[in-house]
Amino acid sequence: MTFRIFATASAISALAVSAAVAQDRIEVQFWHAMGGQLGERTEAFASDFNALQNTYEIVPVYQGNYTETMTAAIAAFRAGEQPHIVQVFEVGTATMMAAEENGAIYPVYQLMEDAGLDFDESSYLPAVISYYSDTDGNMLSLPFNSSTPVLWYNATLLDENGLGVPGTWDEVWAAAEVLRDAGVPAPVGFGWQSWTQIENYAAWHDIPMATMENGFAGTTTEFAFNSPEIVNHIQSIADAGQDGLFVYGGRRGDSRGMFVSGETAMWINSSAYYGGFVNDITDFEFSQAPLPLDAAVADAPQNSIIGGATLWVLTGHESEEYQGVAEFMAFLSTAEQQAAWAGATGYVPITTEAYELMGEQGFFDENPGTDTAIEQLSLNQPTPNSRGLRFGNFVQIRDIINEELEAVWSGDKTAQEAMDEAVERGNELLRRFEATNS
Amino acid sequence: MTPPMQKRVVFRSWVLPLALLAPQVAVTLIFFIWPSYQALESSLFLEDAFGFSRNFVGMDNFTRLFNDDGYLRSFWTTLVFGLSVTVLSMSMALALAVAANRVIRRATLYRTFLIWPYAVAPALAGVLWFFMMNPSLGIVAYWLEAFFGYDWNHYINGNQALLMVIVAAAWKQISYNFLFFLAGLQSIPKSMIEAAAIDGATPVKRFWTIVFPLLSPTTFFLLVVNLVYAFFDTFAIIHATTNGGPADATSILVYRVYNTGFVGQDYGSSAAQSVVLMAIVIGMTVVQFRFVERKVQY
Repeated sequence: MTFRIFATASAISALAVSAAVAQDRIEVQFWHAMGGQLGERTEAFASDFNALQNTYEIVPVYQGNYTETMTAAIAAFRAGEQPHIVQVFEVGTATMMAAEENGAIYPVYQLMEDAGLDFDESSYLPAVISYYSDTDGNMLSLPFNSSTPVLWYNATLLDENGLGVPGTWDEVWAAAEVLRDAGVPAPVGFGWQSWTQIENYAAWHDIPMATMENGFAGTTTEFAFNSPEIVNHIQSIADAGQDGLFVYGGRRGDSRGMFVSGETAMWINSSAYYGGFVNDITDFEFSQAPLPLDAAVADAPQNSIIGGATLWVLTGHESEEYQGVAEFMAFLSTAEQQAAWAGATGYVPITTEAYELMGEQGFFDENPGTDTAIEQLSLNQPTPNSRGLRFGNFVQIRDIINEELEAVWSGDKTAQEAMDEAVERGNELLRRFEATNS
Repeated sequence: MTPPMQKRVVFRSWVLPLALLAPQVAVTLIFFIWPSYQALESSLFLEDAFGFSRNFVGMDNFTRLFNDDGYLRSFWTTLVFGLSVTVLSMSMALALAVAANRVIRRATLYRTFLIWPYAVAPALAGVLWFFMMNPSLGIVAYWLEAFFGYDWNHYINGNQALLMVIVAAAWKQISYNFLFFLAGLQSIPKSMIEAAAIDGATPVKRFWTIVFPLLSPTTFFLLVVNLVYAFFDTFAIIHATTNGGPADATSILVYRVYNTGFVGQDYGSSAAQSVVLMAIVIGMTVVQFRFVERKVQY
């Protein structure tokens, strides 16, 4: 009892001391969208950095999911209360880049230069650089958490049914039939459907999702994902759903629970589910494999594109505060920090140095399959079809795609009807973005 | 009938009454009139997310809306949703209130339990039902499958998703309606009901000819409150459960305002949608007070 009182008292005084220290430091607001286990890791970055030096205090604030965080930062900017750093997901890139042209963004390459810090853009993976650089090849935001979709599989279920890991979609459906007959309720599933089944499907098979190099060449881009290849793919999933081979489990990561409970044996979603799976899955073996190939569309895969988020620096603060931002970003980019982050979460190590360090540490040997994501991203030099996507209003457009795909899964529309409609509705929003940002 | 002579109190100067009114006027101006004006203004502009460029587009935001099939579908969804929630929650509440009014023992206990759900936040009510009806984890979905062989999956089936949010929204509102109905029932003079009983009227007849008409002020009040609740306050339930999906099956108008403005950062269109909603509320209130209220016996 006395010990507890003593412990409490010392905890309180420790708090008081750290608060006093914090007062003298220059505060840097860091808004992020990482909840749960990822959130703990993110906050650990800030506290580790704060412990390393005593000039700056990074204050991480969780602002809800990606959409909420981005909206909050924009609203704060309009009110003049913006944070220094905000984490924005990849689909918000076009909006942020438009804001950069208007002076709301402090480009990261500029920030590092002004702070006199070493910032070698070429040390980042090509797939990462190509997504987040402007037309001159300058990096505007700092890649923080990057992932790519992979095929998660329940190794125990596949083994029990004498199945190998499928490499093509034909093999996926063949395996799904065996599993269905063995009583597996939802053999195939996926999350973030626009990202995994349209955006990455297109990149993986080197077919365009839109004109003008998927929007990289200009805001006059128009969608093209109602092409026969993509329509056939969507229709084949819908048909598989009719046969009980695929079960739709909701938007984003809603269907995660079905993989963890063993109802779904093959699940396509971000490689970043790794950290959570290690904690939550105890009663079967799981691993990840490259995305299935549609042999009718391409002979070999191209490369997949990244998802996840980058850190954008907003303008309107004091230069000494930006010095702190720059030093924090330099800290985040070190190979040690990157390797630790990637190893714990399943995100991709974004610098070649960090990737090599993880290899030296034996991480990939000890955890087979964990290099799937980075292998996929660096499989080939990115083409205009696989470099990434740059669409304005893409957050809303993803919702349109979600809606139309859901109409396919329920049997209300054919894949052709839904994709035609999605392209038409999406194009309207692209034109609207063009009108606001020209 | 001329009103009886009233005693009129007149203030000596204008200062005091104005001072007394000022806080209320200020609240109304700051929290109602000013935002409404801003919505009206923004609805005529096309604006980028960060607010750097602002172009006057006239009625363009409105014409776009009414050429959008999705927006027109939202009207229909909102109507179905609003009426279902109102009818369901009011009829359930009335039935429960009539039953609770007849209970003699442990009356307070029953009433407390019936009022309880009102303390639950709308988002939580939504999540609660969401878990119970979750196709893979939910107990209700499991029962439907086990006892009726009914395949429940609100991730795919739009009608089921709509039904789910209707049930969740109605359930949340039953307690509130129950409270008012119970108070209404208790204010009906016992002697009237007893007189009817002596005249040989059955309980059902007594309810429809005496109790129900006498409850009409309460019913009318609740009708207004419930419709407003269903149209506007149910946002949290939908936000926490279906996000307007699957497809756009549960995307009611107020959810669309949020989605366009906060998710899509399309402030012009979002403002235009709020203006449309504002017009609907004004229309609804006028209709209710002009036409429905006349039939109500106070």
